[in-house]
Amino acid sequence: MPTTSETPQAMSLSPENIKQVAHLARLELPADRIGPYAEQLSNIMQLVDQLSNADTQGVTPMAHPLAMHQRLRPDAVTESDRREAFQAIAPEVDEGVYLVPKVIE
Amino acid sequence: MHTLSIKELSEGLRAKKFSSRELTAHFLGRIKAHDGALNSFITVTDERALKQADAADARLARGDAQLLTGIPLAQKDIFCTLGVKTSCASKMLDSFISPYDATIVQKLHLDAGMVMLGKCNMDEFAMGSSNETSWYGAVKNPWDTARVPGGSSGGSVAAVAAGLAPIATATDTGGSIRQPAALCGLTGIKPTYGRVSRYGMIAFASSLDQAGVVARSAEDAAHVLQAMSGFDPLDSTSVERPVDDLVGGLNDSIKGLKIGLPKEYFAEGLAPSSREKIEAAIKTLEGLGAIISEISLPNSPLSVPTYYVVAPAEASSNLARFDGVRYGHRAEGVKTLEQLYKKSRGEGFGAEVQRRIMIGTYVLSHGYYDAYYLQAQKVRKLIYEDFRRAFDSVDLVLGPTATDVAFPLGSKTDDPVAMYLNDIYTIAANLAGIPAMSLNCGFVDGPSTQLGTGPSTQLGTGLPVGLQLMGNFFSEAKLLNVAHQFQQVTDFHKQMPKAFS
Repeated sequence: MPTTSETPQAMSLSPENIKQVAHLARLELPADRIGPYAEQLSNIMQLVDQLSNADTQGVTPMAHPLAMHQRLRPDAVTESDRREAFQAIAPEVDEGVYLVPKVIE
Repeated sequence: MHTLSIKELSEGLRAKKFSSRELTAHFLGRIKAHDGALNSFITVTDERALKQADAADARLARGDAQLLTGIPLAQKDIFCTLGVKTSCASKMLDSFISPYDATIVQKLHLDAGMVMLGKCNMDEFAMGSSNETSWYGAVKNPWDTARVPGGSSGGSVAAVAAGLAPIATATDTGGSIRQPAALCGLTGIKPTYGRVSRYGMIAFASSLDQAGVVARSAEDAAHVLQAMSGFDPLDSTSVERPVDDLVGGLNDSIKGLKIGLPKEYFAEGLAPSSREKIEAAIKTLEGLGAIISEISLPNSPLSVPTYYVVAPAEASSNLARFDGVRYGHRAEGVKTLEQLYKKSRGEGFGAEVQRRIMIGTYVLSHGYYDAYYLQAQKVRKLIYEDFRRAFDSVDLVLGPTATDVAFPLGSKTDDPVAMYLNDIYTIAANLAGIPAMSLNCGFVDGPSTQLGTGPSTQLGTGLPVGLQLMGNFFSEAKLLNVAHQFQQVTDFHKQMPKAFS
């Protein structure tokens, strides 16, 4: 990823870019998909590049269609403990905890 | 029974012409007989449906039934249903049995007493315009099974158009209710953002997603949308505002109603055969007293590029939760946590979902955020302002729903950009947050592969064309009123595809 905030030029993504983005998105891609993805994503970014022609000087970015603010609620317990129900659908659990491969050697 | 309206079904149940069990069994039978050709359901919940029907019959007998009690409905498989597989048409959630109900599931089934026939097929995580990205295979268009039904709510529309369900829920992030409704000849409505709860509806792009219905008529849609709508404390973007009466004003006259035709929606790109049907529909509305004028939504040509920044950005964030740890697909034989994430997501998501996650990750990444995401949110504001200006002078905006009739299966699957351009007329309403709907306004005589069998009063031929109506915030009742008035003087909505009549 570049570290400048300049407006990027008409975009074309290389297979290297795809590998980097896939890593950031935590996606393992088979080697034979990387080329087609590079081409397809380049085409999509070309479509998206039309946005750079829009005059948005002084425009406030849209935050919410109804200009609504995040609602607050009273700080009260409303949920019951449903750990068993949630863990019943987990791939691997043991004594109430979710299991994953060893993180620290 | 599968040609009756919601109102007629409700009256039939009360007059004891049929029980909810008989009605439910009839639709389950039709699903069994016809869905092999359509693939519109991922899960059929027969046993549960019959139990719900019996409970509805008991409620009807007790006299505490509501208008919708005992009427069957199909749920898009994006809504969480307690104890029932909720897959979002993804391998990622193939094993997911939801531990809770979406708010609309609670409202429609537990409160209103509707019967759930099953869970409808869709594009994977609602990403697609043809229902070809489903892990469970493509859905076929009942009007021509060699063509797509549209997407992402392709299973919902195919099921209702073929008479396998009287009505179905659907969701719309960039046109996923309206475009499939158009391609299958149905009435579909996406309400104002925040009108229907998103709690328990698997998130794609949270600032755009909105639930609604696909039905055979505006009147049917009004009854079910009424029961789905309303404030929900469990959805932080739900609007605290009473629900309007969507049914009471259906018969109001539309004399003097001001309808604007955005010139950008009638520019090059609209198929001449579809244009002809839409222009005829405009004449019909004029005949009912509507006042037609041309307007401009100058920024609408930028809605597709805006959407393909905002929606993937939100999707990449929403879909980060699928990590193979707490639920969903988990890859085998991995040694590290990072491998577990990467392999589970690499295996669990299909190509279109992966493309959108990567686009979203890319446009949000360091150095690109201002140029893409921030710029898109600014253009989104311009699109919103276009509508605000338009609604100063007109009551409703009218245009086509899609550029053409349903296209052949497989014709656009290798070209994401061509697929994205299907939603050129529908995306703006999501970006602005306004309500919009599609209704059938005629048929183009296409090469229909279906041959008629069995008796039916009105047999459709050709492929349906959709007319889109867009209204100001919370104008659902007005949209439905106009659609209903149109359907009082036309019979396009009453036609059924021959092979499924």
